[in-house]
Amino acid sequence: MKLISEKRELTSRLFRISAPLISILVALFVAGFLLMAAGVNPLLAYLEIFRESLGSVYGLSETLVKTTPLIFASLGVSLAFRMQIWNIGAEGQIYMGACGATAVALFSGIENHSLMITAMFLAAFLFGGLWGGVAGVLRARWQVNEVIVTLLMNYIAILGVDYLIYGPWKDPKGFNFPLTAQFSEAARLSEYFDTRFHSGFFLALFCALLMYLFMERTVWGYEIKVIGSNPKAARYAGMRTGLAIFAVLFLSGAVAGIAGFSEVAGLQHRLQHGLSPGYGYTAIIIAWLAKRSAFGVVIVSFLMGVLLVGGDSLQLSWQLPIAFVYAFQGLILFFLLASDFFIHNRLRLIRGGQHA
Amino acid sequence: MSNLLQIKNIRKTFPGVVALDTISLSIARGEIHTLLGENGAGKSTLMNVLTGLYRPDRGEILLDGVSIQLNSPRDSLAMGIGMVHQHFMLVSAHTVFENILLALEGVPNFYSRRTYRQKVQKVLDAFELDLDLDSPVWKLSIGAQQWIELIKLLVRDCRLLILDEPTAVLTPQESARLFQVLTRLRDQGKSILFISHKMREVMEISDRVTVLKKGRSLVSLSRGEYDESRLASLMIGEDQIPMWIKPACKYEQLALEIKNLSARNDRGLADLDNFNMKLYRGQILGVAGVAGNGQKALAEVLTGLKEASSGRILAEGRDITNSTARSSYIAGIAHIPEDRKSIGIAPDMTVGDNLIMKNFASRAFRRWIFQDRAAIRRNASAKINEFAIKAGPDGNPVRYLSGGNIQKVIIARELSEKPAVLVALYPTRGLDIGSAEYVHKVIIDGANQGMSTILISEDLDELLKLSDQIVVMFRGRLVGCVDPQATTREEIGLLMSGEVQS
Ligand SMILES: Nc1ncnc2c1ncn2[C@@H]1O[C@H](COP(=O)(O)OP(=O)(O)OP(=O)(O)O)[C@@H](O)[C@H]1O
Ligand SMILES: [Mg+2]
Repeated sequence: MKLISEKRELTSRLFRISAPLISILVALFVAGFLLMAAGVNPLLAYLEIFRESLGSVYGLSETLVKTTPLIFASLGVSLAFRMQIWNIGAEGQIYMGACGATAVALFSGIENHSLMITAMFLAAFLFGGLWGGVAGVLRARWQVNEVIVTLLMNYIAILGVDYLIYGPWKDPKGFNFPLTAQFSEAARLSEYFDTRFHSGFFLALFCALLMYLFMERTVWGYEIKVIGSNPKAARYAGMRTGLAIFAVLFLSGAVAGIAGFSEVAGLQHRLQHGLSPGYGYTAIIIAWLAKRSAFGVVIVSFLMGVLLVGGDSLQLSWQLPIAFVYAFQGLILFFLLASDFFIHNRLRLIRGGQHA
Repeated sequence: MSNLLQIKNIRKTFPGVVALDTISLSIARGEIHTLLGENGAGKSTLMNVLTGLYRPDRGEILLDGVSIQLNSPRDSLAMGIGMVHQHFMLVSAHTVFENILLALEGVPNFYSRRTYRQKVQKVLDAFELDLDLDSPVWKLSIGAQQWIELIKLLVRDCRLLILDEPTAVLTPQESARLFQVLTRLRDQGKSILFISHKMREVMEISDRVTVLKKGRSLVSLSRGEYDESRLASLMIGEDQIPMWIKPACKYEQLALEIKNLSARNDRGLADLDNFNMKLYRGQILGVAGVAGNGQKALAEVLTGLKEASSGRILAEGRDITNSTARSSYIAGIAHIPEDRKSIGIAPDMTVGDNLIMKNFASRAFRRWIFQDRAAIRRNASAKINEFAIKAGPDGNPVRYLSGGNIQKVIIARELSEKPAVLVALYPTRGLDIGSAEYVHKVIIDGANQGMSTILISEDLDELLKLSDQIVVMFRGRLVGCVDPQATTREEIGLLMSGEVQS
């Protein structure tokens, strides 16, 4: 008896659409065993996740605070995915974006609020873009695999920021902590309801709308889709695929870089060690779950925000390590990839071994 | 003669499309059975049902009189039903032998290469096939790759061989060879189910013909009960075959001149070798030659997909070989590529989106940076009507279209911008007779309005019918130039074989 897999030609639409939901449910189920192993009742834990993240104004505001950088980073990642370019360097691009925004905030001396915010935004856009653009140039000119380049550049960006905050940019009055001085009032986004919720969230929604229009309505979005569907055909149709690869990686990095801007200008008000707890990696999962659609990204980012905030509270109430949240994310991705496999293949048990 | 396979009332639908409505037919032992039908009639779908790739919505398949369930290609192979697809899948870095081994089931992990080699070699010898088992697949022509697919089935000893438009990628010589092999297989008692749009072949090889129309099987006729015109009228029905008249080319204005052009391929061999050619406004220049003698390279250099290593290309007197003017000139050249699926379409995008791939940035489909969706939709429905494309429901991705309909999408797109020059490789390959005639008409109409065409084809009938002049290519060189009114098929054949030069 043996188990074989074979390609299937067609899958029902229902299965295709429900696959992401099913994989989240299965991940919840399996994670339940992890919780039980840690001596926690999974049902209570899940209930707590929802209560903490959605059950109060404070909880909701915290969820949206986490959702914001996730939206930016996932939009960036999914833009590249659309063209079959695998940018897994959103994490590094967030750091670079934050770094650019911080440079402007600390050293430009601008006093006008809107001017300052605009300059910080542009700097973040440019820094993140250049960081992605490096991989773009390497890929377009010399066919260097962008997965490896973007991944390795994450480490460069994170360590580079560490160098700055441990060295030249360290706040002289910061008791030797690895962080820069606080930004001036002019360099901060508005906050609402006496919570940490800031206007970066609205910027993120706006950005998602722009991304939707860009991909579905503009000539460039069309080009990206053609290249993603068949690069050879694109070249044959006279599209400049090399330029497009660079442009898309630049833009992808730039949009992820805005996450860095929104984090320092809206939330942290300074550049500090560990400014992103892996938003850039979570973004990869989100982009995949959202099937690369801009509105899908908003919804899934929110779900991930719920999970992050809920996970934080589990840490407090049951002393669960934050690793649990990452394990859970990993499980979702795992089951999602597995469901992709089941969409395209089916398994069959063959009795009696030899056959044919 | 007893029936090997019987198909009763098969129906298969896809979302929004009835691909097979009711199909019934039977295939006898030791017969070559041809399926004939318009593009999109459901031929490939029916074959995919027989190989277990698609499960029919209803209907029955009987093998040796016993009803069977086919759930996967594995099932049908186990029952001795094997298929060579319209688009085959081989591992191109592996050798021929390794590819054949992959197809065999029950090969022990520590298999004895020797035994299997002998087995494969025996099949090759039996059919007098000349194929280097150790050559990697990517080095082989498409025709040779098709042989591998067939050999896989022969080694597995299939009882029913299904071939989906096998001759579309074969030269006339290779087709003749294939037919010899098929006839021998038939004489050994195997059954063969065969698809082709080429009447000449259908008449030559079939023992029985079943005509499909719009997903229904109309009739099955045995040899003797049909002739070419009967089949054509069954297939096309009341639809009109388009008529056209071709005026002679005036040879006044030079459109394109190629001087001493050479190009190399990936293996460093010459694809084009000191090639010279003149093309006039409104001329249809036929290019004959056995596939692989530089035709594809010629098309690619002209359309900017490949660099020339030496020589010059002059457009209306201007040198455009390497100038920046080339790209804008190339933009005005229409190209129907040989490799339709791999470079002609973006498979996941809709028919409408594919129809504007060449001119998506033109004013007609764009308002500032935004696409004009309404204009794109209008263009799509106009083209779908004009070329009778079976496009399926709105927003259907192109990859769900039948082979011939994909081809029509490409042709419709390439001919829509009133190009100055058309480079067409085997433009009617895989098209049904009606559609092929329509494409001929469009090319002639274009010529009447001043479009110059380089028509690369292996179909001598097509070349003789359309061309003002026919040049023959052999090993990247021009070996002859003949007048279609004054030449014979034999003369061209001799030139193509490289034995004489004129
Ligand atoms: N996987 C699929 N999904 C949706 N529609 C399909 C699919 N496969 C085929 N069709 C539709 O079914 C119809 C029959 O297609 P099929 O490929 O069988 O035609 P065909 O007779 O082989 O034509 P051709 O001569 O052009 O190869 C077409 O209208 C096609 O668009
Ligand atoms: Mg077909």
